[in-house]
Amino acid sequence: MAEQENNSAKAVTSTEAVVEMTHVKKSFGTNDVLKDINLKLLKGENLVVLGKSGSGKSVLIKCLIGLLQPDEGTINVLGQIVEDLKNEELNALRKKVGFLFQSGALYDSMSVRENLEFPLRDSKDLSQEEKTGLVEEALANVGLSEAIDKTPAELSGGMRKRLGLARTLILKPEIMLYDEPTTGLDPVTSREISELILEVQKKYNTSSIIITHDMPCARITANRIIVFKEGVAFAEGTFEELSKSEDEFVSEFFEQ
Amino acid sequence: MSEQTNTGTVEQKKADTTTEVKESVKITAGLSKFFEQVADFSIFMGRYFRELIRPPYEINEILKQCYLVGYKSLGLVGITGFIMGLVLTLQSQPTLAEFGAEAWLPNMVAVSIVREIGPVITALICAGKVGSGIGAELASMKVTEQIDAMEVSGTNPFKYIVVSRVIATTLMIPVLVVLSNALAFIGAYIGVNITSDVSFPLFFAKVFEALKFSDVLPAFIKTFFFGFAIGIISCYKGYNSNKGTEGVGLAANAAVVTASLIIFILDMLAVQVTNTILN
Ligand SMILES: Nc1ncnc2c1ncn2[C@@H]1O[C@H](COP(=O)(O)OP(=O)(O)O)[C@@H](O)[C@H]1O
Ligand SMILES: [Mg+2]
Repeated sequence: MAEQENNSAKAVTSTEAVVEMTHVKKSFGTNDVLKDINLKLLKGENLVVLGKSGSGKSVLIKCLIGLLQPDEGTINVLGQIVEDLKNEELNALRKKVGFLFQSGALYDSMSVRENLEFPLRDSKDLSQEEKTGLVEEALANVGLSEAIDKTPAELSGGMRKRLGLARTLILKPEIMLYDEPTTGLDPVTSREISELILEVQKKYNTSSIIITHDMPCARITANRIIVFKEGVAFAEGTFEELSKSEDEFVSEFFEQ
Repeated sequence: MSEQTNTGTVEQKKADTTTEVKESVKITAGLSKFFEQVADFSIFMGRYFRELIRPPYEINEILKQCYLVGYKSLGLVGITGFIMGLVLTLQSQPTLAEFGAEAWLPNMVAVSIVREIGPVITALICAGKVGSGIGAELASMKVTEQIDAMEVSGTNPFKYIVVSRVIATTLMIPVLVVLSNALAFIGAYIGVNITSDVSFPLFFAKVFEALKFSDVLPAFIKTFFFGFAIGIISCYKGYNSNKGTEGVGLAANAAVVTASLIIFILDMLAVQVTNTILN
């Protein structure tokens, strides 16, 4: 029972939505990537988005954080409409939302320490010692303490993912967006990353959107799963529910 | 039967007009793409000036970039400057000797180097070394989503990345030109002494006698524009790269080619402007 608890997502009790997308559409030229997306992320929830490669999952979360502008529809994040925000307001909102990029997006020209200090550079009220403390804490959280003076090029794939995660978590975000956090990793490391994601949810009570097509990761982390197909949210449910689905498209994911 | 031939010619004509239309569409598309780029570049430059004056200032990053642009190019620029002075002297010497004007060699070399050859050659070398570096670096930061990552962490990547680099090239290219000119004079001094015997003080007395304020100042001013052009063009090409890994090479290449071309155009404009002002 205790083990069960440690290895599955924390139950969601809140009904408060921290992200709400309504009728979001986005196309690139003639390529209609998002056709009509309606989505809610509840406070404290881990929402897994499943979908084939190229189905627009990354575009979805990039719209959420204002890296891409949707053509239609509204995106409400923490009570604010993203497209209405001025530059400074958007920057303030972005500090509350962590984004783990598919590629890690580590700053190659900086050391691990500098990578982690980068998001803190605007925090004028923190002294250098406090910043160093936060950096060390963030690294300890992901088990990377000994790598502090290395450069990203010297790290393995799993370590790079963890560093990316540490850099995102250093601002203690209320919402986390994970873009394929386990892609390209071996099963053992994938599992470690999935467990880290769970730990983050429990420790900081973050709400997360986790994009993946790694089923073990989905099983470990998900409170709720949405399946993407051709630009719309095609199916929705818990891991249990969807794994019993008779729909061919949905069951394909679960057959892995 | 006759009807069929008729339709045949009609279709033939139609096909002809379609190819014509296609050709003109291609040309219009090419033109509009060019103007789109120019407009896009102007917006980029406008954003640069806006971000340049707005605090906070990225002093540390600017200093770091100055170090990278300036210090790291010292060797290359120094060596080419030296060779430039030496070769220019050796090449001009026989011609001047023919007219019995050998004594004017230091004066001539000084004016050519300071007015034209020093600034342009140094700027071209920096377009190659610094421009390609900036173009490739920014393009790879773009491709690997590092620029997006800065943006989502609430930092302004334009200021941090673009503004600091453009300031660095604008300030450092003039310094490199001065260094290159100085080494070119030393090269020229050695060149003169291969065939004749001119003392060090006499040589430099002649050099400075030849140089008027109206040579030095416009030449110095234009090097700031060269530096600015190298920085802003390579940043533009890198920052707007979009085509994956392939885009990194393309951006580096486009940065060097465009910056070199613009250096020549600016040089031509500088001559025109200087002449208009001085006359
Ligand atoms: N900036 C962009 N410009 C043009 N097309 C894009 C851009 N970003 C993504 N796309 C296209 O949108 C589609 C979805 O991409 P993406 O969201 O990255 O897929 P995935 O679900 O694998 O994350 C792809 O066809 C891709 O080519
Ligand atoms: Mg993706």
